[in-house]
Amino acid sequence: MSAPDLLAFAQSVASGAVRVVDLTQTLTPEFPTIALPPEFGQCAPFRLEEVSRYDARGPAWYWNNFSMGEHTGTHFDAPIHWVSGKDLPDNAVDTIPPHHFIAPAVVIDCSAQAAKDADFALSVADLQAWEATHGPIPARSWVLLRTDWSKQSPAAFAGLREDGAHTPGPAPEAVRWLVEQRDVLGFGTETIGTDAGQAHHFNPPYPAHFYMHGKGRYGLQCLTNLDLLPPVGAVIMAAPLKIRQGSGSPLRVLALVNGSEAGR
Amino acid sequence: MSKPLSRPKRKNPLQRTRLPLLPHGQRSRKAHCLTAAAAEGRFMLQVCDDCSHTLYPVRDACPHCLGINLPFRDVRPDGRLVVETTVRISTDPYFRERTPWRVGTVQLDAGPLVIAHLHGDAVEGERVRLSLKLDKSGAAVMIALPAVETPDMQADPILREMTCDPQFRRVLITDGRTAVGQAMAKAFCEAGASIVFVGIANAWKPYPGMDQLAALEQVEIVPLDVTDSQSIADLAAQNGGRIDIVINTAEHVRAGGIIGRGSVIEAREEMDVRYFGLMRMAQSFGPALRFRGADGQSSAAAFVNLLSVHALMNWPSFGAHSATEAACLSAAQCLRAELRPGGVKVLNVFFGPLETEWFQTVPPPKLAPSLLAKAVVQALRQGLEDAFVGDIAQDIRERLAANPKALERELGDA
Amino acid sequence: MTVSTRQPYARQPYDRVVVCAPVTVPYVRFSTESAAWWIGRALHGLLTQSGLRLADLDGFALSSFTAGPDTAIGLTQHLGLCPRWLDHIPLGGASAVVALRRAARAVQAGDASIVACVAADTNHVDSFRKTLASFSRFAQDAVYPYGSGGPNASFALITRNYMKQFGATREDFGKICVAERDNALANPLALMKQKLTLDAYLAARPIADPIHLFDCVMPCAGAEAFLVCREDIARSLGLKVVRILATIERHNAFPDDPVQIRGGWAMDVDDLWSMAGVAPDAIDFIQTYDDYPVISMMQFEDLGFCKKGEGPDFVRGHTLTHDGSFPHNTSGGQLSVGQAGAAGGFLGLVEAVRQLTGETIGAVVPDAQRGLVSGFGMINYDRGLSSCAAILARSA
Repeated sequence: MSAPDLLAFAQSVASGAVRVVDLTQTLTPEFPTIALPPEFGQCAPFRLEEVSRYDARGPAWYWNNFSMGEHTGTHFDAPIHWVSGKDLPDNAVDTIPPHHFIAPAVVIDCSAQAAKDADFALSVADLQAWEATHGPIPARSWVLLRTDWSKQSPAAFAGLREDGAHTPGPAPEAVRWLVEQRDVLGFGTETIGTDAGQAHHFNPPYPAHFYMHGKGRYGLQCLTNLDLLPPVGAVIMAAPLKIRQGSGSPLRVLALVNGSEAGR
Repeated sequence: MSKPLSRPKRKNPLQRTRLPLLPHGQRSRKAHCLTAAAAEGRFMLQVCDDCSHTLYPVRDACPHCLGINLPFRDVRPDGRLVVETTVRISTDPYFRERTPWRVGTVQLDAGPLVIAHLHGDAVEGERVRLSLKLDKSGAAVMIALPAVETPDMQADPILREMTCDPQFRRVLITDGRTAVGQAMAKAFCEAGASIVFVGIANAWKPYPGMDQLAALEQVEIVPLDVTDSQSIADLAAQNGGRIDIVINTAEHVRAGGIIGRGSVIEAREEMDVRYFGLMRMAQSFGPALRFRGADGQSSAAAFVNLLSVHALMNWPSFGAHSATEAACLSAAQCLRAELRPGGVKVLNVFFGPLETEWFQTVPPPKLAPSLLAKAVVQALRQGLEDAFVGDIAQDIRERLAANPKALERELGDA
Repeated sequence: MTVSTRQPYARQPYDRVVVCAPVTVPYVRFSTESAAWWIGRALHGLLTQSGLRLADLDGFALSSFTAGPDTAIGLTQHLGLCPRWLDHIPLGGASAVVALRRAARAVQAGDASIVACVAADTNHVDSFRKTLASFSRFAQDAVYPYGSGGPNASFALITRNYMKQFGATREDFGKICVAERDNALANPLALMKQKLTLDAYLAARPIADPIHLFDCVMPCAGAEAFLVCREDIARSLGLKVVRILATIERHNAFPDDPVQIRGGWAMDVDDLWSMAGVAPDAIDFIQTYDDYPVISMMQFEDLGFCKKGEGPDFVRGHTLTHDGSFPHNTSGGQLSVGQAGAAGGFLGLVEAVRQLTGETIGAVVPDAQRGLVSGFGMINYDRGLSSCAAILARSA
C-alpha cells in the first residue's frame, strides 16, 4: 500500500471534488433539548451571554460566554454516558482514540416510514433490506438513520405528547444486530436522542444507549442534512471536545462526500 | 362620584413622552415607619405607651407627657374633613404638572389633625377615612377617602397616582406554564388589563392549561424564557414600551437543603430562573418602565416579584430554594431603588407553600394560585410594596417580628 | 412653702433703654448676593445712621433663613464684629419683637450697651422652593409632600375655615390689601408700584382656594435693622429714639384648635395692655404681620381691638390707610413692600420706629404718639406657632 497523498486530498476538498457537508444544527437557545421528568437533573440548554460588543464592556471586540450541557444540540455520546459502558477502557471523550473520530458512514433512509409513523422503529429486517440493495454494512462504520426529522417544526421535532416523546429510533434487536453482527462504530440520528422517543418501554429500555455504549460504541444525535449524503461512501469527521471524563460533547459533525454524489 | 376610566386613546407616536417627576420624598427616619405601614396597606400612627394619646405628625417624644415609648399601632382611620383647599399653583415641579390638587385638614376620631391629599369624593365637613399610601416618591402620604365606597372610586386621578390599578394597563406575565402564571393571566383579564402578555418558554414543549390560557380574550402569548437573555431582549425590543406592569411568575421550586443536594446544579438552575431571571427582566424591561412612569393615565406602574416568605427566614426543608428567594428579595430591594426615579413601584408578594405539584407533600394550609393572583391584583390596586398572602406568610411574618431566633430554630425542626 | 408657677414676677418696665436708627436696605426681587452681603449692608446702614463705629456694637442679634450654613457667630468673623452679647433668632415673622425684647433686657441689665438687631435674607431664583421643602421636620414629613403649595396652601386652609366660621368675605380681605397698597404707593422702597383696586384684587388668579394672587406676599431679597441701646448713649449721639411700653411673646398656643382661628396674642393680650398702661384706643397705628390678610384680621381681634369673630365687621367699619380711622401697615406691609425672608418680620417694627421718630420715608400717620407692632410666624405644620407684640411710644 503506497503512502496516502494527503495534499491531493486537501486539493480535492478545495476544488470541490470532495464536498464537505455540514451535519450540524446551529446552537441556539430555542433548540429543543431532551425532556426528562422534572425531578431529575436536566440537560442545560444552550445559552449565550454577550461579554462585550465594541462597547463600554470591551470597546474594540465582540465575544460571548456560552453555557450548555454535554448533550445539547448536535452532540456526541461516549460509552461512559450509559451505565452499561461505565467500566470500559477509553470510554470518555478525552480518552477515546482520536482515529475513531474519522470514519465511513452508511445512511439508512427511513424518511418515508417516519413520515407515516412518528414511533417508527428500525428493525433488523429494514437493515437487511438496505443491505440487499447497497451491500453489507462495513465494519467500523457509522450507521446514520435518516428520518428527515431535522426538517420538522420544533414541536414535532420534540414530539411531546401526554405520554412522552414520539420520535423514531431503532428497535432493540436492530441495535444488537448492528453491534454484534456488523461491528459498527456507532449510531447516529436526526432526533434528540439515538433512541426512539418511546424507548423507555423497550426491552431493554433505551437499546441504542444500552447496546452501543455497552460495547464501547458511540452515538451522534441532532444531525441534519443526512439527505445530502449518499447511502454509502461518506466519511464522517466527528471529534468531541476534550472534556476530562466527559460523557459526550456538542461538536461540529462534517461529512466528506465524493463531489459527484453530494447534494442529489 | 369619580369619573370612570375610559380606555386610553392610542398614543400619538410623534408626541414626546412626559418624563417622570417625583413629589418630595424626603422624610425623617421615624416618619419612614409610616412608609412601612403604607407599604403593607396598614393605617398606623404613634400611640403613647404612657398616656395613650395618638400622635401625628411623627414625633420622638409625646407632647402630652414627654414619654418616649411611642410605638406605631394600628389606629382607626376615621375622621372628618374639617377644611379643604385646591392648590392651583405649586412650587414643586411634580405638582405643577398635576394641579389643581386638593388637600385638606382631617380631624381623626383618634385625636390628631392630619393634612391629607383628598380623593375627589371626600367632602368638606363630612366623614372620611384616611389611608396611608406610597406616593410616586415611594414615601408615605395620607389620603382622605370617602367614608363609604363610591362608584368608580379607584379611578380618581389622585388615588390612581398612588396606586397601580391594572385597569387599562398592559401586563406582562413572564411564565404562563405554571399554575400561578395561568391564575395571574385570568385574574388580570378580569381586572380589566387591556393586554395580558404571557411569556411561554420552549413553545415546542406542551403544557397543561395551554388552550384555556390562549382562549382568554386579552391574552397574547409571547415567546419568553427568563433564563435566555436574548429571548428577553427580543421581547423587550418588541414590546418593552407597551408594558406597564411586569409580573414575574417564573418559578423553580425544589425540596431539599444544602448537603443532601450533592451538587450545585439544581441551585444554579434555581438561581438562573429566579435570581438571574429577575435581573435579566429588570435589565431589559426596567429602562422602559422607568422612562414611562408618568406616561399618562396608563403609565408604567409596577414590577411584581412573587417571593416565598422563606426569603425572610430559611426553611431547611426547602433550604436551597429559600436561599434563592432571599437573593431575589435582596435584588428586589435594589430594583426598588432603581425604579423609584420613574415612580414605578416594586411590589413584593410573600406567600407560603402553594397548592401546586412542587408542594405536593407539604401539609396544609396551602395557598391556591387563584387566591394568590387575586391578592396580587388587590395589592396593585392598593398601591402596596409588600403583601403577605395567606396564613403561612402571615404566621412567618409575625413570628419573625416577635423572635427571629426562635423562628430560625423552629423552621429547622419542621 | 409652695411656689406658684402661675404667678410671675411683676413685669418690669423697659426703663433707660430705647430703640433707634431704623434701617432698610432696599429690596430686590431676586439677588445674586448672599445673605452675608445683605447683613453687611444693614450693619453699614446702622453705622451711617447712628455715627457709631463697628467696634461700638457690643451686641448683635441676627435673624435670617438663608445665612446657612452660618449663624450669627459666623457672621461676627465675616463682618468684623466683636460683641459681648450675641443672639440668633430663627423666628421669621416673630423675630423683630423677640429681638427687641431680648436686646432691651440685655441692655437694661448691663450685659450690652448697643445691640444691632438685623434681619436679612437673600432670594436666589430657587431659594424659596428649597427653603419650603426643608423648613421644618413636620413640614418635610407632613406638609410639603401634599401639593407643595407652601404657606399659600396652609393659609388657604386657615382662611377658608375662618371665612366659614366668622363670615369674612374676600371683599373684607381685599379691603386690607387695597389699603396697604395705597400706603405703599408713598413708599419709594416698596416693590409694588401700581395701585390695586378691589376689582383687580377680586379678579386675580387663584393660587390655593380661597387664596388669590394679591393675598400672597412676593418673596424678595432685602434687609431691615434697628438699634436697641442705652438711652444716654442714644441721646449723646443725638439720635431720635422710641420707648418700649410693653411686649408679649408666646409660642405653640392653642394646640387643640382644629384649624388656627387665633394666635398666642389671645393668651397674653391683657398682660400687654396692663404693662403698657394704655387701652387700645390710645394706639395711633398698628403694624401687623401680614403674610396673608386673614392673619392681620386675627391680630385685630386677638390684640383687643375687637372681639373674636368681629374682625370682618371691624374692617368694614374702618379705613385702614395711614390717614384713616385705623392706620394699618403704613409702609405698605409685606403684601405691597415684599417679603424679604426674615426681614419681613422686621418690616413693621422698623416702620413703627420711623413713624414715632418722624424719620418716615413714605406715608405719615399724623401726630402718632403710640404704635403697636405685632409679629407672627413659623408655620411648622398646620399653623403659625409664634406670636408676639410690642407697644412703642414717641420719646419726649
